[in-house]
Amino acid sequence: MANPTAEKLSRDEYFYGHKACAGCGGSLAVRAALKVLGQNAVSVLPAGCMSAVGFNFPQLCFSNNSIISTFAGTASMLTGIEAGLRAKGYSDFTAVGFAGDGGTADIGIQALSGAIARNDNIIYICDDNEAYMNTGIQKSGLTPFGARTTTTPAGSNIHGNLRPKKNMFEIAAAHGIPYAATASVGYITDFIKKVEKASKIQGTKYIHVIAPCPTGWGIQPDETVEIAKEVVDCGLWYLAEYENGEFTLNHKPKDFSSVEAYLKKQGRFKHLDLDDIKTIIASRDKKWAYIEKNFAYR
Amino acid sequence: MKPYLREQKAFSFDDVPENTSFEAGYLVTVNSGWRSIRPVIDTGRCVGCEQCYLYCPDGVISIQNGKAVIDYDFCKGCGICAKICKIGAIGMEAEHK
Ligand SMILES: Cc1ncc(C[n+]2csc(CCOP(=O)(O)OP(=O)(O)O)c2C)c(N)n1
Ligand code: SF4
Ligand code: SF4
Ligand code: SF4
Ligand SMILES: [Mg+2]
Repeated sequence: MANPTAEKLSRDEYFYGHKACAGCGGSLAVRAALKVLGQNAVSVLPAGCMSAVGFNFPQLCFSNNSIISTFAGTASMLTGIEAGLRAKGYSDFTAVGFAGDGGTADIGIQALSGAIARNDNIIYICDDNEAYMNTGIQKSGLTPFGARTTTTPAGSNIHGNLRPKKNMFEIAAAHGIPYAATASVGYITDFIKKVEKASKIQGTKYIHVIAPCPTGWGIQPDETVEIAKEVVDCGLWYLAEYENGEFTLNHKPKDFSSVEAYLKKQGRFKHLDLDDIKTIIASRDKKWAYIEKNFAYR
Repeated sequence: MKPYLREQKAFSFDDVPENTSFEAGYLVTVNSGWRSIRPVIDTGRCVGCEQCYLYCPDGVISIQNGKAVIDYDFCKGCGICAKICKIGAIGMEAEHK
């Protein structure tokens, strides 16, 4: 029984034997992307879970060339690798970065912005688990409103994180980047298509993939994929692309599934009351009104 | 190629790299001990649709002769494959009965 998505991928595994928690969404994103890009991908991973679980000397879980960068320097190291290999006469390679939400929206945003401004020929993938997981679940700029983390605790006065998620996708797009996209590991075929498309475009590419973390989100290891699907189905995340100066929506849920059901499955949102949930639904509806107005649907 | 398990041997000083680079895909430990439950494929029901292969975060499922096969050395027993398989060809069983 042929699976068209599987046929596109290398049968080889490039991220194997890693020490990520069982059911880690980030490891699925890294694995899938490398199976698109193949042996000649040169990957850069800053401090964060994916480097911590992939490089435990002498257990080295990448079978392509891979390197750990400074936390803030994913994009600048990608720039250097791309320029260096090109100067040495190589052309058949892809410089790809995998950075977390903290490593992207907070500490690495300056290097990323610089790389996009120079239009360096790299792929930057943000595996977004919505907190600084590797150091024990601290809030990042991509932690959503209401989420409980160790630095945004939930009590009777304050119900977790007070601020909404930064909009990294549109921040990247605002640079006039050749290609940017959002994705979710719950829609793996869509993600794989986007990595493949990015690999054929010259210049900087940014892909933002939602990658649930069972440990930090308070879900079971076997729920990662369904929760990553549900966040799209309930409208709190969306699958879109930015190309040639235009936004495109790739997937439009007919009716949104229940936001409350999505939230209440996760330990990090258990404390939210009805008012909080109303606030979240209102911000979703506002976002979708914006999408309807500004994104083409294809 | 994929990272593979090397023969266990004691390191001598000569094996220790002088800089921070080392061979890619070099594995010295398995992950099987992390499992409390294990996925078991019912090969009679498996239709080889490869959905479990696509979604396994550890990449331990391959399709051989049209059927899913699991590398139990590195499967962590997360159970994602069992939920993904729409026709119920994967069951989760206790590791120690
Ligand atoms: C400059 C610097 N500051 C802080 C740290 C500590 N640190 C290592 S990983 C990490 C969290 C990374 O979070 P994120 O980028 O979201 O990736 P995740 O671990 O969630 O995948 C932090 C704070 C560091 N290694 N370097
Ligand atoms: S803490 Fe979360 S992101 Fe980190 S390895 Fe575990 S599941 Fe993955
Ligand atoms: S998802 Fe089920 S039917 Fe499809 S290959 Fe896996 S075990 Fe077989
Ligand atoms: S239980 Fe998890 S790690 Fe094991 S084969 Fe299934 S999806 Fe892969
Ligand atoms: Mg994170």
